[in-house]
Amino acid sequence: MADNPQRPPARPLSPHMTIYRWPVTMMTSITHRFTGVGLSVGAVVLAWWLVCVSNGLDGGYGTFMAFAATPVGELILFGLTWALIYHFFNGIRHLAWDLGYGFDKRLAERNSVTIFALSVIGAIAVFATAWTGHGGYLQ
Amino acid sequence: MTTAQTPLHKVQGMGSSHSGTSHFWRERVTALALIPLSMWFLYVMLGMVGASVVTPAQFFQHPWNGALMAAFISFSLYHASLGLQVVIDDYVHTAGTKIFSLLAIRGALLACWIISIFAILRITVS
Repeated sequence: MADNPQRPPARPLSPHMTIYRWPVTMMTSITHRFTGVGLSVGAVVLAWWLVCVSNGLDGGYGTFMAFAATPVGELILFGLTWALIYHFFNGIRHLAWDLGYGFDKRLAERNSVTIFALSVIGAIAVFATAWTGHGGYLQ
Repeated sequence: MTTAQTPLHKVQGMGSSHSGTSHFWRERVTALALIPLSMWFLYVMLGMVGASVVTPAQFFQHPWNGALMAAFISFSLYHASLGLQVVIDDYVHTAGTKIFSLLAIRGALLACWIISIFAILRITVS
């Protein structure tokens, strides 16, 4: 019997992701996953903020807002805003695909670019609204 | 057609996941619910830029706002749990590591949910 177990010969592998030129639809796919993971971490930031609010005055809300106002804090908030808008639009496209719409290659490539553009414009618009003092309308 | 499936397995229609299409379906249903909830969330957050703690505290004291925030967080975290599971399923192939990662992720998301909901309730009653 098999006293000397032989290792199977190395089999040829089919080309994987690294060998292909990345089409834009591949970028939107991995970005959807990336933003999804990022937004999951963002849920922790939201929980932290809610806890600070629930603590009332002098309960950490000031610390949160002070951190949010630093360049790093603003960058994180901008990233989360962009991720939410991107995941929102691309998620709607996924739902359309689930219904059987939008599988044409040219169309998928075109709306991939549109979704990237819309998400960046959307995030900039949100921050422009805040920086020009048009946010904070619920006060 | 030759098949390795037992007749019982076939009639159950659950496939290799043992849970049929329920994961796929729940991911879509939560996604659908999150379309209006995300728009509401972004509108609310932008409306609180630069506000003192009084604004969000009073805002979430209103039952509708507190309930909507609880809904947004609940659907988001459930959707996150389903989505992160797919990431683990795709990249982690060792059974032990996989179970540990899934438990860790679900535990963290559940903790995040409990803390968030408790905070909303605390704001409501304060």
